[in-house]
Amino acid sequence: MLEVKDLKKSFGDRKVLKGIDLNIEKGEVIGIIGPSGCGKSTLLRCINLLEEPTSGEIIYNGEKYDRNRNLSKYRREVGMVFQQFNLFPHLTVLDNITLAPIKLGILTEDEAMKAAKRYLKKIDLADKANNYPDELSGGQKQRVAICRTLVMNPKVILFDEPTSALDPEMIGEVTKLMRDIKEVDFNMTMIIVSHEMKFIKDFCTRVIFLDEGKIVEDGTPKQIFDHPKDERLQRFLSKINTR
Amino acid sequence: MNIVGNFYQSVIYDGRWKFILEGLKNTCLIALGAVILGVIIGSIIALIRNYHDHHNNKLKVLNFLAKAYTDIIRGTPSTLQLMIIYYIIFGSVDVNIVIVGVLAFGINSGAYVAEIIRAGVNSIDKGQMEAGYALGLSYKQIIFSIIFPQAIKNVLPALGNEFITLVKETSIGAYIGIVELTKASDIIASRTYDYFFPLILIALIYLTITFILTKLISRMEVRLNHARS
Ligand SMILES: Nc1ncnc2c1ncn2[C@@H]1O[C@H](COP(=O)(O)OP(=O)(O)OP(=O)(O)O)[C@@H](O)[C@H]1O
Ligand SMILES: [Mg+2]
Repeated sequence: MLEVKDLKKSFGDRKVLKGIDLNIEKGEVIGIIGPSGCGKSTLLRCINLLEEPTSGEIIYNGEKYDRNRNLSKYRREVGMVFQQFNLFPHLTVLDNITLAPIKLGILTEDEAMKAAKRYLKKIDLADKANNYPDELSGGQKQRVAICRTLVMNPKVILFDEPTSALDPEMIGEVTKLMRDIKEVDFNMTMIIVSHEMKFIKDFCTRVIFLDEGKIVEDGTPKQIFDHPKDERLQRFLSKINTR
Repeated sequence: MNIVGNFYQSVIYDGRWKFILEGLKNTCLIALGAVILGVIIGSIIALIRNYHDHHNNKLKVLNFLAKAYTDIIRGTPSTLQLMIIYYIIFGSVDVNIVIVGVLAFGINSGAYVAEIIRAGVNSIDKGQMEAGYALGLSYKQIIFSIIFPQAIKNVLPALGNEFITLVKETSIGAYIGIVELTKASDIIASRTYDYFFPLILIALIYLTITFILTKLISRMEVRLNHARS
């Protein structure tokens, strides 16, 4: 359903992505791993066109998207969750979630409120609806940010290190929510950049190892973690395991 | 020194207080008109430049003009700008001099207001803009419902300070003969041959105005820091 074709991205003369080809099927949960600076975030940001690819194509459901074409429609379908949450600090939790669907005319104010409250109840934050983001813990913030994406009813969600900014004891509540999403909607497609190898290994259906702007290995978690072929992947995994 | 006598000579005799009143009125009118015009111009300039920065260099010509305007205004003395507008642009037109003052100071202020707004907008974490985009919101929706409401906290107090600057700056209106506070004191002094009393009196009036404005701004700052939406 989502196809990335020969995607290249440079910042000035620094080549960050050097030709990425990726075919993602509906319902896949893809983990992207790789050393710091290898281009994982850049890849996600290119996929939802926060960065403009230097060259290459993003094709979603057979339709080509770029920054000048149907961007809003595409981004409603492809949500994004950020490492730093990026909640809107001047809005309450409830307004954070309802802002976009109301502004975009997807839901009426009433419907949006109801949907938001339903989501908040699911994540046990119903009592925080009228609080502001700075009154929440990191884990709570990230869960609200995920609800903000969910209320748009996306088909694909991109997660860029969703738990990296969290205290260790809060990581679990966010990964649990991610698992719950998949449980409720089996067709949800997810692409997750994370350094939580255990989580990637037992949650993802497919893992991609990125190094120096290229896909070096692409396979099932078992293949990637238990039988790594490429020497760079082996080195990367051994560094993580000894840490 | 005979204070009562001086006061009588400078303020009461021959209705000289009327000059001061006229000066006060014009100073306030020009400062107020200019700050309003400045905010309008500054907002437009800031929007053009921000739009340009976020859209792959669209609006190239407008952005060039906006930047040129800002550079020219900030790179030349305001007295010179005032004289150019009065003697060259309105040289052969019969127009109320107070209006010329409002236009000149407003155009001048616009460049500074544009920078104030740009700084306020740039102080907002760029993740805010990205979160908006990722939700499918348009640039316009993001600017008006996410960026401005947050930037206003930094922008409003700075605009207050710009207003204080304007109140004092209007004194150069005297150059083209606007009877604002400074000119008023000059007129009185030229009749009484005593500069001391009129100048000190005017200084006290400026001080009172800026003192009140400063108080108002710090109150507004406290409010903004407590209020959220
Ligand atoms: N806007 C930008 N301008 C210039 N260089 C950039 C920009 N964004 C990313 N880069 C560079 O591109 C490279 C890849 O960055 P990216 O953030 O994609 O890495 P990453 O794999 O996500 O790393 P990490 O695990 O540390 O998050 C880095 O060298 C970074 O410095
Ligand atoms: Mg990253």
